[in-house]
Amino acid sequence: MTPDLARQLLFSMKRIRAVEETIAERYSEQKMRCPTHLSVGQEAVAAGVGAALRRDDLAVSGHRAHAHYLGKGGDLNAMIAEIYGKETGCSRGKGGSMHLIDEAAGFMGSTAIVGGTVPVGVGLAYGMKVKRTDQVSCIFIGEAVAETGVFFEALNFAVLKKLPVLFVCENNLYSVYSPLRVRQPEGRAIHTMVTGFGIAAEAGDGNDVQAVHSAASTAIDAIRKGGGPHFLEFATFRWREHCGPLYDNDIGYRSEAEFQEWKAKDPIPRFERELLAKAEVTAAGIADMERAIAREVDAAFEFADRSPFPPAHDAGAGLYAAAAG
Amino acid sequence: MALLTFAEAIRDALKTALSADTSVIVFGLGADDPKGVFGTTLNLHKEFGSERVFDMPTSENAMTGVAIGAALYGLRPVLTHQRLDFALLSLDQLVNNAAKWRFMFGGRRAVPITVRMIIGRGWGQGPTHSQNLQAWFAHIPGLKVVMPSTAEDAKGLLLASIFDDDPVIFLEHRWLHNLRGDVPAGDARLPLCKARRLRAGDNVSIVAMSYMTIEALHAVDFLARQGISCDLIDLRTIKPLDWETVEASARRTGRLLVLDTGYTTGGVAAEIVARLSMSAWGELKAAPRRLAVPDAPEATSPALTAGYHVRAEHIATAVGDVLGKSVDARALAGERKHPHDVPGDWFTGPF
Repeated sequence: MTPDLARQLLFSMKRIRAVEETIAERYSEQKMRCPTHLSVGQEAVAAGVGAALRRDDLAVSGHRAHAHYLGKGGDLNAMIAEIYGKETGCSRGKGGSMHLIDEAAGFMGSTAIVGGTVPVGVGLAYGMKVKRTDQVSCIFIGEAVAETGVFFEALNFAVLKKLPVLFVCENNLYSVYSPLRVRQPEGRAIHTMVTGFGIAAEAGDGNDVQAVHSAASTAIDAIRKGGGPHFLEFATFRWREHCGPLYDNDIGYRSEAEFQEWKAKDPIPRFERELLAKAEVTAAGIADMERAIAREVDAAFEFADRSPFPPAHDAGAGLYAAAAG
Repeated sequence: MALLTFAEAIRDALKTALSADTSVIVFGLGADDPKGVFGTTLNLHKEFGSERVFDMPTSENAMTGVAIGAALYGLRPVLTHQRLDFALLSLDQLVNNAAKWRFMFGGRRAVPITVRMIIGRGWGQGPTHSQNLQAWFAHIPGLKVVMPSTAEDAKGLLLASIFDDDPVIFLEHRWLHNLRGDVPAGDARLPLCKARRLRAGDNVSIVAMSYMTIEALHAVDFLARQGISCDLIDLRTIKPLDWETVEASARRTGRLLVLDTGYTTGGVAAEIVARLSMSAWGELKAAPRRLAVPDAPEATSPALTAGYHVRAEHIATAVGDVLGKSVDARALAGERKHPHDVPGDWFTGPF
C-alpha cells in the first residue's frame, strides 16, 4: 500500500466518522426529520472497499448506507441536503437518509427494505455482462440480508451466470435489537455457508482498513478477469443505536462491556497509530486532515440548512416519465 | 398486415423489439423451452442468443430485481410469468423498487421494465392459477397496468410497454391467446393510456377489459339485433386510466355497466363506478352497475365453475336491467357450443 493510498483511506474513514458524528450531534435540532442509521464504528469497510472500486464501478446498499455512499465518492452536500429534506438533496427530498443516489459516482441507490437492492446489484452486473464491460457491481449488505430469500435467489443467479458481482457483507452482529444467535444457527459462518453456492468467499477483520482494501482489491481483480462473483464478510460493530443518534448499551440487548471491547478496536486510531509509526503521516498532517474535514462537513450542513425545501406541489411529481393521468 | 393469433402477436412484438433495440432482453421460466410460453417466446433465443433470451431460476422476486438492475444499467428487460399467481412472489421488488425508484430518487432514474403475467381460467386452473389482480397493481402509484383484448393491441401495446420508460405490468388473459386478428407488421406501437371504443351506441355504456371485452362484444351484437345500442369501451390500459373516454361515454348515455375479470370487492370496476358516481351523479339515468367474479377463489372442478364467471348472457341481462327492460339472453348462451370451462375447442388443457 502506497503512503498516498494509506492517507486516502485514513482521510476517508475520518470523513465518514465526522459526518456521522455531526448528524448525531445535530439530530435533536429536528431539522433532519427522517430515520437515520449511522455507520459509526463501521467506517473501515466503506472506506476500504470504496477505494478499491473504480469510479465507474457501481454500488448499491441498504438502510445503513451513508458510509457506502461517501466511500464510493457520493456527493456530501447532496447527502446532507437529502437528510434535511431539501430540493438540493440527492433525491430531491423524496428519499431521505435511506434512499441515497449519486450515479455520477457510481452509487446507484440504497433502499430501506433489507435485501431489496441485492438483486438490483446483480441485475446491474447482468447489464455489464451483456454490454461486455469490465465494471464490477458491488452490493453492500448486512448479515441480516443472509436471512432473506431474495439474497439466496440473487446469489444463485450471480453464480449461475458468473456475473461481475462483489458482495460485501458487514457483520455487525445485531439486527435492530436482535442478536445473531436468535437469527442464525450458532457455529455457522455466512462466508462459509455461501461457498456452498459456488461463490469464492472470504472473511476478514472489518475494522482493519488495510485488510479490507487488500481483500476487496484482490476480489475485484479476480472479478474483472472474468472470475465471477466474490463474497467478502467483514466482522465489525455499530456503536450507536440501530436507528438514531444515541448510544443504547443500557437498554438490555447488548452490554456496555461488549461495546467497549469493540470500541477498543476502533478502526481509525488503530490505522492512524500505524501510519504515524511508519512515518507515512505526521501529527501535523493529521491535524490538517481533520481541519479540512471539519470545514467540508460544516459547509455541507450549512449548504443543507440554507437550501430551499422542494415546492409543495412537487409532492406527486416524478412518478411517471411523462405526464400520465 | 397479417392474420395472427394473440399469442403470435405477442411473439411478433417481442421479435420486433429484440430486432429494433439490442438493449431489449426477454426472460422468464420456460422462455426458451420447447413450448416457448404458449408460443409467445418460441425460438427467439435461436435468433437473438441466449444472453438476450433466456430461461431463469425459479426465483421470481430476485429475477424481478435483476430486471430492475438491468434496466438501471440501460437494458429494457421483459420478464414473463406463465401465471400471474407466481408473480406474487415478486411483490416486494415490484412495489418497493420498480414502482418507487423514479419517485424516491427524485425523478432521476426510470425503471423501464415490462412484466408479462398470464392469467389462467377454467379447465381446472383453480384457486392459484386463475387470479386477475389488476386492481392490486393499479393500486400502486408508479406502475402502469396494461390489459390488451385483441391481437393487434397485444402487439402494439406490448411494444409500447417495452419502450415505455416506466415499469409496466402487462396482463395477458390465457383465453385470448388463440384469438385471431389482423396485426400490422413492424414496429406498430399503440399508445398506452388510451381506451378504444369497439362499438358505438346510445343506450348504455359498457366498460370492459381483457377477456371481458370479448364476452361483451357477443352481448352487444346480440343486443343490437334487439334494438338496444351499447357504447362498448375496451380500457386497454388500466392504470393510468383513460378516464376522459369512459366519462364522456357514460355522460352521453347516462347509463354505465362495468365488467371486470377480477374479484368484486375493491376492483377496477368498483373504482370506475365510484369515480363516475362522484363526477356525473346528476347526469345518470340509472344506478351504475358492475359485473365481476365473486369474492371467492375459482374452484377447480368444472362442476363448481359453471356459474363463477361473467358471460355474454349475464352482460345482456344486466344491460336490460340498467334500461329497465327484460332481455331474454338464453339464445346467447345457446350460441356457445363448447363446454363452459374452455374458451373454445382449441383449448384442451393442461394449462
